[in-house]
Amino acid sequence: MSEASTPIVHHGPPSSFIRKHVFSLDHKVIGKQYYALALVAVVTGMVLSWIMRIHLVWPTAPIPGLGWLSKAGAPGGVVTPEYYLSLMTMHGTLMVFFVLTNAPFAAFGNYFLPIQIGAEDMAFPRFNMMSFWTTFIAFCILIAAFFVPDGPPLAGWTAYAPLSAVGKDAGPGEGLGQTLWALSIFVFCIASLLGSLNFIATTLDLRTKGMTLARMPIVSWAWFITSCIALLAFAVLLPACLLLVLDRVAGTSFFIPSGLNVSDHLQPHQGGSPLLWQHLFWFFGHPEVYIAILPAIGIVSHILINSMRKPMLSHKTIIYCMMGIGFLSYMVWGHHMFLSGMNPFSALVFSFPTLIITIPATIMTLIWLGSLYGSNLRINAASLFCLGFISMFVSGGVSGFFLAQPSIDIYLHATYFVVGHFHMVMGVAAIFGIFAGTYFWFPKMTGRMMNETLGRWHFWLTFIGTYCIFMPFHYLGLAGNVRRYSAFTDDYLVPLLPVHRFITYAALFTGAAQLIFIFNLLYSHAKGAIAPANPWEATSLEWSTPSSPPPFDNFGGKHPVVYHDPYQYGVKSSTGDYLMQTSPERAGETP
Amino acid sequence: MGGKIFAVVVIVIALASAVPIISHTFLGASVTPPEDISTHGFEIDKQLDETMVEAGLAFLAAQLVLGFFVWQFGGRKDAPLKNFPGGAKYLILAALLLVGAEAIALGAVGSKAWAKVYFQPASAGALPIQVQAGQFAFYFRYAGPDGKFGTIHPDKIDEGNSNFFGLDPENDVAARDDIQSGEFVIPVNKEIHLMMHAKDVGHSFYVRELRLQQDFVPGLDLSLHFTATKVGKYEIVCTQLCGLGHYNMRAYLNVMTQDDFNSWLKAQSN
Amino acid sequence: MATTLPPPGIAPPVDPERDLRPHDGGGGFRGVVPGGELRSVAEPSGEPTRTGIWVGLAAIAMAFAALTSALYVREGASTDWQPIALPPILWFNTLALIASSAALERARHRVAAFMRGQEQSRSAATLWLNASMILGLIFVVGQYLAWLKLRSEGLYLPTNPNSSFFYVFTGVHVVHVLGGLGGLTRVMVKFRSSTRPLRRSTIDATSYYWHFMGLLWLYLLFILWLKL
Repeated sequence: MSEASTPIVHHGPPSSFIRKHVFSLDHKVIGKQYYALALVAVVTGMVLSWIMRIHLVWPTAPIPGLGWLSKAGAPGGVVTPEYYLSLMTMHGTLMVFFVLTNAPFAAFGNYFLPIQIGAEDMAFPRFNMMSFWTTFIAFCILIAAFFVPDGPPLAGWTAYAPLSAVGKDAGPGEGLGQTLWALSIFVFCIASLLGSLNFIATTLDLRTKGMTLARMPIVSWAWFITSCIALLAFAVLLPACLLLVLDRVAGTSFFIPSGLNVSDHLQPHQGGSPLLWQHLFWFFGHPEVYIAILPAIGIVSHILINSMRKPMLSHKTIIYCMMGIGFLSYMVWGHHMFLSGMNPFSALVFSFPTLIITIPATIMTLIWLGSLYGSNLRINAASLFCLGFISMFVSGGVSGFFLAQPSIDIYLHATYFVVGHFHMVMGVAAIFGIFAGTYFWFPKMTGRMMNETLGRWHFWLTFIGTYCIFMPFHYLGLAGNVRRYSAFTDDYLVPLLPVHRFITYAALFTGAAQLIFIFNLLYSHAKGAIAPANPWEATSLEWSTPSSPPPFDNFGGKHPVVYHDPYQYGVKSSTGDYLMQTSPERAGETP
Repeated sequence: MGGKIFAVVVIVIALASAVPIISHTFLGASVTPPEDISTHGFEIDKQLDETMVEAGLAFLAAQLVLGFFVWQFGGRKDAPLKNFPGGAKYLILAALLLVGAEAIALGAVGSKAWAKVYFQPASAGALPIQVQAGQFAFYFRYAGPDGKFGTIHPDKIDEGNSNFFGLDPENDVAARDDIQSGEFVIPVNKEIHLMMHAKDVGHSFYVRELRLQQDFVPGLDLSLHFTATKVGKYEIVCTQLCGLGHYNMRAYLNVMTQDDFNSWLKAQSN
Repeated sequence: MATTLPPPGIAPPVDPERDLRPHDGGGGFRGVVPGGELRSVAEPSGEPTRTGIWVGLAAIAMAFAALTSALYVREGASTDWQPIALPPILWFNTLALIASSAALERARHRVAAFMRGQEQSRSAATLWLNASMILGLIFVVGQYLAWLKLRSEGLYLPTNPNSSFFYVFTGVHVVHVLGGLGGLTRVMVKFRSSTRPLRRSTIDATSYYWHFMGLLWLYLLFILWLKL
């Protein structure tokens, strides 16, 4: 019995409903499950943000239905100060973890990475299935925090100790809800590690014949680099959450120093370091935001090349820039802690790589812009979101340049300037990447086209709307508007209320515009126009599958052979101005 | 057609975004840092202005180029493709040189302002004042005539009896003449050495006009030093999420003339 | 450098040898004939499993690196560090774990010999697999005894930072060891099965994991001895 003749079947086609749609080993189903979970999370997170914005501007307005969800937190539907902070905490946690880590990376990556490299499935389909359902369990644990007596946690998605560590004494919102938060994130870390493991092994080992690393599409590179970052980042958050849970329930003192008098109760802990939590958290937290943006960068580059009908000026450069950003992302975590009380010299040490990260980001932006020159840019919903991404990436990146300097950060730290910065890069740019990917890949995932008119309306309203929401955040920051306030009652904040009103109107308007997208998604799924096999005339392997959606083993029993890189646009071929990667044709030969 | 609309929209957005920065107002509100009343703040303001110019120009340039290119090439069909002159090479070089130079310049220049606030210790003659941050108020303490602060006993804190710092005047001589205050009163043009102590969870000290911000970290002895240059009342707000009362946690910095301050201090002692 | 793309129709000739060359890492579907027909034998080398285990071990190493830095920072943060005596049974447990790794290596060679047909019966390999498993279980029980010893001295999880880190480090490690025992069980089951037989990559990956647990333990023991 030698190993070569041992028959190994990857996994056969699923038969039962459960195996097909619930506990599926198929990376495509798992990708869609991640997408659905992200959709639920983003709608929840968005509704939370509406409630927050309404409360800030109309503090006494009752929110219909909220009193039913939490009698203590929103009696009669009027949000209390602690409940505002709880909603804010859940908003951040849902968005950063369950939307931005899930959708561009886990959802699209799971669906398309194996296909783009010519594989039947991920390297470890069972781990893949476990990874999704573990994420789902993490989601349920987090949502459970809404329903416990003390309410959801209110320490922010950053959960700084000792507020997050001392327990109930710290006030409402710091009871069981905070422990559930820590457990949820702990479980999420495990799920993420499993997922990253899969991505890395699949990319390294399952590429089909002819698919060298250099011939992988940029977006596959982005998923690969992201999974490398995620592997090391989540591995640090995992023990951090464990230590936090122990401080909360087991009486340890990792993060809690001695001598704390919280609500007249002297805390029994001693010797711990609140800064330790910050270091552990941000060592994860900064790479995490690059985990959120890199897949979007990959998706946007991938779609733009196709829309421009022209390769980028230099693909290698973009890939090296992504690697550079990934590498540098591990050196900058202290820029979240300039004023934290850590050694002030280290602030300068952290500031330098933070400023240097601007370089690969700028190079990529210049390459995108330079590649647009001389192209035949097709304008559609997908490419519009890509262009919008570039605009938002520039806006968000530029404000980061301010915050990277410790002396300026003295003034801007913890103001709305920071909130504007990260919302533009994460809350808009990364989301635009998800939208672009959805419009682009919907035909392949469902066999139908999304409605183009609705897509364009969605884009215009969202693009203008998000600028109206988040650009004014920077002005508020310059005025010194402190963040994480549930109400604006200070002498200097009250005059800024007209700005907040404008933002709230913009937020509600933009939120409503997302209904267009959701309607488009659901309607087109059922009744959209049947999609041709390769509606965008694209080159990469996902467009060469025998059907849309692809069959369970992606290529119908055959493994594709790859002859080209995915950038054969602007060439003369039998198919038009492009050459698919699987086409043995040479560029310039016409039949 | 969509390309031209995009170009117009992005250029309008870019220009409209710049207006409040230049005019310092938006919807009738002032959206600029307030007047600087500190001795070190002018360097921060200079840094901020320089960065605003450089970042602002980069922002405008990028958005305008984006708009222009999409106007030119958006929706083009079957036209011969062209490459950007020089290809990627010069763009990479430009990014490296421009951003690299800016980063180094701002980093080097900015470190001066940072050093002034954080690297230099308070001078020997600075007036020592303690501040304790707790859910949800700031309390200030002056050493009194003996010039010594009494020891803090967290277990003795009793807000109902105004023993905010947990002092033990019966057994602690130094604590007997300590002056507690809910207001941060200081003399103008005198360096203050502010010693920071957190009672329960993390808080932060922020006075916009002083261009000063620093976290309170439970368990750590941190301090700030600064000199205020203008008489007046200014808000101190908490900027580190500390619980439900975070939005309401504030105190006033009351900068007085030296004479007024002396009178105030004398009145507190009685 | 040209400022326009070369006119269509003129492109560098496609070199069939170079462009159809399989990727550098080998692996994947190496057995596929040109033209892309799928043979019923996929994954002849099972390399994803080996890549996967290295990637997984990297994550585990990183997690323990985070805990180590937490230990250093916590020690420096305050003056309440109270050195504890490491329970002597730890040294015995260490021997058990190292012996378990050695036994697993013997088992691996025996399994390979059996697979090659050099040995007729599974019994030698099974013996060594069982030995490795039992020694692993001895380690786990021994760790539990070490915990009991600390408890008898009044050192519980929250007692002082040293005891906290002791329980956390040994606890997290033993959880991973239990996972390794699960992997060993799987290897043993598959070895005996004729319908889902053991793959070389499976036992290799399990062995790497198990040896890593041993190396990790040596590192942890060193840190515990040095710092606690």
